[in-house]
Amino acid sequence: MRYLPLTPTDRKAMLAAIGVRSVDELFRDVPKTARLASPLALPDHQGEIEVEREMAALAARNVPAGAAISFLGAGAYRHHVPAAVDAIIQRGEFLTSYTPYQPEISQGTLQYLFEFQTQVALLTGMEVANASMYDGATACAEAVLMARRVTRRPKVVISGNLHPHWRDTVATMTRFTDAALDIAPPMPTGSKDLAARVDSDTACVVVQNPDAFGRLSDLSPLAERCHAAGALLVVAVTEVVSLGAIRPPGEMGADIVVAEGQSIGNGLNFGGPYLGLFATREKYVRQMPGRLCGETVDADGKRGFVLTLSTREQHIRREKATSNICTNSGLCALAFTVHATLLGSEGLARLARLNHYKAVKLAEYLAGVPGIRVLNDTFFNEFTVELPKAAAPVVEKLAARCIFAGVPASRLWPGVKGLENLLLVAVTETSHKNQMMTFAGALSEALR
Amino acid sequence: MSESRYTDQHEWVRLDGDVATVGITDYAQQQLGDVVYVELPAVGKSVKQGGEMAVVESVKAASEVYAPASGTVTEINEALTGTPQTVNEDAEGKGWFARIRLVDRNEIAKLMDAAAYRKFVEDLG
Amino acid sequence: MSIDPRSAITTPLPATVTGNKALQIEEPLIFEQDSPGRSGVDLPEPPAFEDRLGGLGRTTPLGLPGLSEPQVVRHFTRLSQKNYAIDAGIFPLGSCTMKHNPRLNEKMARLPGFGDIHPLQPVSTVQGALAVMDALAHWLKTLTGLPAVALPPAAGAHGEFCGMMTIRAAHAAAGEGRMRVLVPESAHGTNPATAAALGYRVESIPANARGRVDLAALKAKLGSDVAAIMVTNPNTCGLFENEIVEIAEATHKAGAYFYCDGANFNAIVGKVRPADLGIDVMHINLHKTFSTPHGGGGPGSGPVALAAALAPFAPLPWVVSGPHGFELVETVDGATARSIGRLKAFHGQMGMFVRALTYMLSHGGDGLKQVSEDAVLNANYLLARLQGALTPAFPGGPCMHEALFDDTFLDGTDVSTLDLAKALIDEGFHPTTIYFPLVVHGAMLMEPTETESKASLDQFADAILALVRRAKGGDAASFHAAPRLSPRRRLDETRAARAPVLRWRPPAPKQAAE
Repeated sequence: MRYLPLTPTDRKAMLAAIGVRSVDELFRDVPKTARLASPLALPDHQGEIEVEREMAALAARNVPAGAAISFLGAGAYRHHVPAAVDAIIQRGEFLTSYTPYQPEISQGTLQYLFEFQTQVALLTGMEVANASMYDGATACAEAVLMARRVTRRPKVVISGNLHPHWRDTVATMTRFTDAALDIAPPMPTGSKDLAARVDSDTACVVVQNPDAFGRLSDLSPLAERCHAAGALLVVAVTEVVSLGAIRPPGEMGADIVVAEGQSIGNGLNFGGPYLGLFATREKYVRQMPGRLCGETVDADGKRGFVLTLSTREQHIRREKATSNICTNSGLCALAFTVHATLLGSEGLARLARLNHYKAVKLAEYLAGVPGIRVLNDTFFNEFTVELPKAAAPVVEKLAARCIFAGVPASRLWPGVKGLENLLLVAVTETSHKNQMMTFAGALSEALR
Repeated sequence: MSESRYTDQHEWVRLDGDVATVGITDYAQQQLGDVVYVELPAVGKSVKQGGEMAVVESVKAASEVYAPASGTVTEINEALTGTPQTVNEDAEGKGWFARIRLVDRNEIAKLMDAAAYRKFVEDLG
Repeated sequence: MSIDPRSAITTPLPATVTGNKALQIEEPLIFEQDSPGRSGVDLPEPPAFEDRLGGLGRTTPLGLPGLSEPQVVRHFTRLSQKNYAIDAGIFPLGSCTMKHNPRLNEKMARLPGFGDIHPLQPVSTVQGALAVMDALAHWLKTLTGLPAVALPPAAGAHGEFCGMMTIRAAHAAAGEGRMRVLVPESAHGTNPATAAALGYRVESIPANARGRVDLAALKAKLGSDVAAIMVTNPNTCGLFENEIVEIAEATHKAGAYFYCDGANFNAIVGKVRPADLGIDVMHINLHKTFSTPHGGGGPGSGPVALAAALAPFAPLPWVVSGPHGFELVETVDGATARSIGRLKAFHGQMGMFVRALTYMLSHGGDGLKQVSEDAVLNANYLLARLQGALTPAFPGGPCMHEALFDDTFLDGTDVSTLDLAKALIDEGFHPTTIYFPLVVHGAMLMEPTETESKASLDQFADAILALVRRAKGGDAASFHAAPRLSPRRRLDETRAARAPVLRWRPPAPKQAAE
């Protein structure tokens, strides 16, 4: 078998060196009742040709977004990842390396994590960022837990326009703590003032910008209200490319920013692995969950990098840790770092402008379709469209024509009245004008 | 100023009237290694003998520091925030953590004196 | 010309003008290579248009440095050359299972049919993806003997959280307020951290003299307020819990659940089914047992196998077979009414599912059995080669997939476990796991995995034996100075923690007077 270097001769020699006759003697502690009498009902080993055939057949039963005309967003965005990104992350020294616990031979990983942390802080407008978390939604849950630790208060106010999957993740992760979640209802045409829900028991307010319907807000007044009440403002960002065009949460008074980093460097991958970004103020750094890379010097006085402030983490604090998290999203963070480095300020600003431009154009085309209304005054690259009838069946109809029309709001807010006719439409730099016009035309037909 | 008393969790305490100054022992700082951070209690916080009062962190470990006696925190050694290494340099002097207004001075009398603590540490091996 | 090896310690390496050492290049940060206006991508500039940003456009600079593609590729290539990796050599970290990462897995994950599908595409257009999830779950159910698998958790610790949460939910549904969780003192830190995150009180179970869970002590601690025990098997000392069936029986008798940390599954995969040992719930680290790459710290994937009593509480979404093919159940209703809900935004680490399934198809059931046998054989071979010179923590019996030593053999040498580890670096090896588990003094835990050849093991063992001889010969100074040949020598972690510098900042502008 190609992944097993030991030969029968090796095994024989090794068993002799150990002083046993068969490898089963090494399993002597396994209870007799648990020893398998017959092989498991699983197929036998196969070579690459057969495995590739089987996996390719499974892949062929999926329609890649690139083979369709796709306007799907809602937390995952199809952007162009430059070829150089994959070439770097496929290098064995990155792909097959481990967590940098031995920093002398992990400076490659540690240096890019330091660069990554800096990039995330710059993009979000915050002072400090960690070395990444599983995804934006779990980062959001960790932010809530952190706000509760910092303020020692129970109440968490959650905007109704936070992505429902993020809201659900927060609810699950806090279910068996004494956090009291105050969740506002979704409001596609503008959220009611969350400030009214903030009081002296509030640990934090969680709000998304652009929100789940694509709308942009100035969060400064809400930030002020939070701070006056001693609460933290947690801002969630599902489309990190938006930070190339809109005022970052750090400049609007955010105390913690959590984002989904997938849009930069990482493909759609059916939802994972993704990349949680987490940034906060320097004064809260010891309450921040996750890994942190810090600068230092070595025995020769040369600048180097190490994982630091580890005493917050599970392997040292154990039950008193700030989080049980052990991994970060290493390779996804590297992909982000490489892509963001290729972009630079110029490239990211232009990429963001391009995304917004295409969204503006698409909104124009769709607004021209009889019966359709674009609900947003403001948006970045995703907006909400109101159809004259239920959106989900329209989406199914168009899918049969290889057009992914967007995400029906009813998929994200099932059973919520008043949202059944709404469709979330996202567009990126990968969409071509012809595709947008085809979409508008197809939508028009489907609504007749 | 009375002589120091010691707990089996390696805290020391010295009494001056009703106010006790507390910290961790020289043995404790040796065991911890380089102290990188100290989390001090809030002034005004009430503590119970044996209850958690502070946290001292080294690179590889974080340890709870327990109150040697019950009372209210009247003062904390803010200097430790900027120079936590003071705990290593002078654990039983300048590296003090907090001052506590005691509820019951007799709680201290029950703790080990210097000789008893020395023996306690020796026996730890 | 003869070269005296002892002089290598005292003769400094030649200095270079650049600070570079041949292929090892000193590489600044990207922020120190900035050229404003430069970019490594070419994007069309849109025509002038009226934006819809509502006056909320960004006005402050982004601050990202501008580099061209050649500079970017060179930068990250140079960084990569400072990293040790499985591709480069043995990575004997205990409980990490650093096995070879097959490249076929990478090729399959990059097929557009897997890599370019959006999680919210209409389900009819992703039947292949759902089939992969279903197939992976089937393999994991067969290998564990448990009837259900929850795929969403993003990593091992996330899987622990998921598994323990189903227990908490199951007891809550049964009206039982059990709030204690028992964890061996040798457990990985994520175990008590996870239990605490769910509001449990954590109590430690001591080990017996043979390094296993003390069954009598466990029984004494069990009671009607214990929700679960969390046990790793084989345990973190690399030993199979030979009384595991009794442990399970006692736990079940007390009305508690048996959570198994599956980090060490590589020792028994294909040979023993956890369900046959009495385990109710176990997370599996796809990035350990099933070869998905460690990627320098992630991403992982931690699906959880569940007993029938816990299956109804599995997190969303569920992949189920319906009349029109596979369906993705995303709401709490009917069969999913008791689900604990969502653990992350989408369905799970699909990229890792593809890799793991590819690996399973490659090995097959017969191959996986060979994997655990070779993993255990390799560890015992290392133990046999080293036990004369090093001190096994639990002598007198075989280990499983990892061998554990304490530092007694270093007594009197002034060389610590840490020093020995740093000396291994200069010899071209990644150190073993050190100072874990905490229950063994100066622990050295080594897991070679089944993908190391006998020659690789011999080379590693020879190096360790030579180092031990050098330590016992009194040359402590060379160990204290190690490593000397790596891209960086020992780093000042105290300084990093006392005054944390966690990002680059532009240097302060010079004073005008200068």
